[in-house]
Amino acid sequence: MCLFLVKAVLFMVIPPLKFNRFLKQVRFIGLQSVVLILLTGGFTGMVLGFQGFYSLSKFGSDAFLGPMVGLALIKELGPVLAALMVTGRAGSAITAEIGIMRMSEQIDALELMGLNPYRYLVVPNLLAAMICLPLLTAIFDVVGIFGGYLIGGKLLGVGAGTYFGEMASYVEMQDVMEGFYKSLSFGVIIVWVCCFKGYYAGIFTGFGSEGVSRATTQAVVLSSVLILVWDYFMTSILF
Amino acid sequence: MIKIENLYRSFDGNEVFRGISLEIMKGEVLALIGRSGCGKSVLLKHVSGLMKPEKGRVVVDGREMDMVRGRNLTSLRDRLGFLFQGGALFDSMNVFENVAFPLKEKTKLSDKRIQARVFEELENVGLSGSEYKYPSQISGGMVKRAALARALVGDPEIMLFDEPTTGLDPVTGHAIIELIDSCHRRLHFTGIIVTHEISKVFGIVDRVAMLHEGVVWAEGTPSEFSSFEDPVVRTFVGDSTISKGGMHEKI
Repeated sequence: MCLFLVKAVLFMVIPPLKFNRFLKQVRFIGLQSVVLILLTGGFTGMVLGFQGFYSLSKFGSDAFLGPMVGLALIKELGPVLAALMVTGRAGSAITAEIGIMRMSEQIDALELMGLNPYRYLVVPNLLAAMICLPLLTAIFDVVGIFGGYLIGGKLLGVGAGTYFGEMASYVEMQDVMEGFYKSLSFGVIIVWVCCFKGYYAGIFTGFGSEGVSRATTQAVVLSSVLILVWDYFMTSILF
Repeated sequence: MIKIENLYRSFDGNEVFRGISLEIMKGEVLALIGRSGCGKSVLLKHVSGLMKPEKGRVVVDGREMDMVRGRNLTSLRDRLGFLFQGGALFDSMNVFENVAFPLKEKTKLSDKRIQARVFEELENVGLSGSEYKYPSQISGGMVKRAALARALVGDPEIMLFDEPTTGLDPVTGHAIIELIDSCHRRLHFTGIIVTHEISKVFGIVDRVAMLHEGVVWAEGTPSEFSSFEDPVVRTFVGDSTISKGGMHEKI
């Protein structure tokens, strides 16, 4: 599995890049995930608004709702939840697509044409995920912060100046970069695991449609677990 | 052109090849026959380099497939065409895009020339008018024809056919065999046709080899093969007595 990642990274840095395929995957992983990210980001922020206000008001600290929502989203919830959403929506589809290509000998056909399957199937996904995940996370964070304000500010009476002003005081560039590094690495994890599971569907998961289904399930479960485990290690390092 | 020497291969402890040796001369077409599961398709995958032998070697045009890497392997594969049993067309592309794909990726031909070349090849296989249909929208016979067009569009010197007529009705099956024959007369490729439908291919091949119990059990010209007395061969071949050139009269 590690060799698979090494090869993918190697073919990513050695030209040529299949640019059309890359654009197609940017559209698929990034653009088509935006609505899902808007929805999940918005509601996560709104829940944080309620829960944060409830907890903070117990200590008379409801003025700190803005920094609490902002830091929780930017450092943790934004990168993790956006990555989990992309895993469910795009990662599973990537595994299924590559798995079906493996089962129907389309990958063998690519190889026999003298074309490198990594360049066609893995590298465009890897690059697209590395670009799209940080952007989707940024959208998640922004929508979440406004969702938090909608509840905290408009419904529960925290002023806009307090909410955003305190947030600007407590959220630093380092926090934003922590979220960025996390989302970037989560993009690599999703594509690495999902492409690997699809590419070796049949060998490790059994043949036929059942093999593809098993590969897809394993890809989603393993990616999700790895995202959470890696998140812990990154937090430990970057804390 | 293709030389297989003392090839051994097993899967999960089950020995599929136990010392297979076979030679195919340049321009020759060999029919590889045998019971289902005897390793015919696996042998093709060894010839194309998709699988590696445990012991023995496969030499294609003087180069050992197990040892060829990188650009040498790519250049060798550029001269090789493979017709997969299920066609292996890219299901997200239409017929035109499938056939044009190797030209777009491997050559510097202009779009106009690629289009002309693809239309010509599709006409050769009788698929004019179906260029913009997707693999899921066409019949099994048409998928095989499109796959054949894709395999032949680069004018390969070596063609490997993995059960080209399996799953097709007799008329379509014969049409595919005729198509392979006409392509061979046009391109003079060296070929291996894996099949268990002997009567269909005996008329177009130069030699026949039968795999049985992990070895080449019998080998000869189609007419020699028809007269073999070996009970295993007789059970398999039955009354197939067509020799090369006699196919058209029979059809």
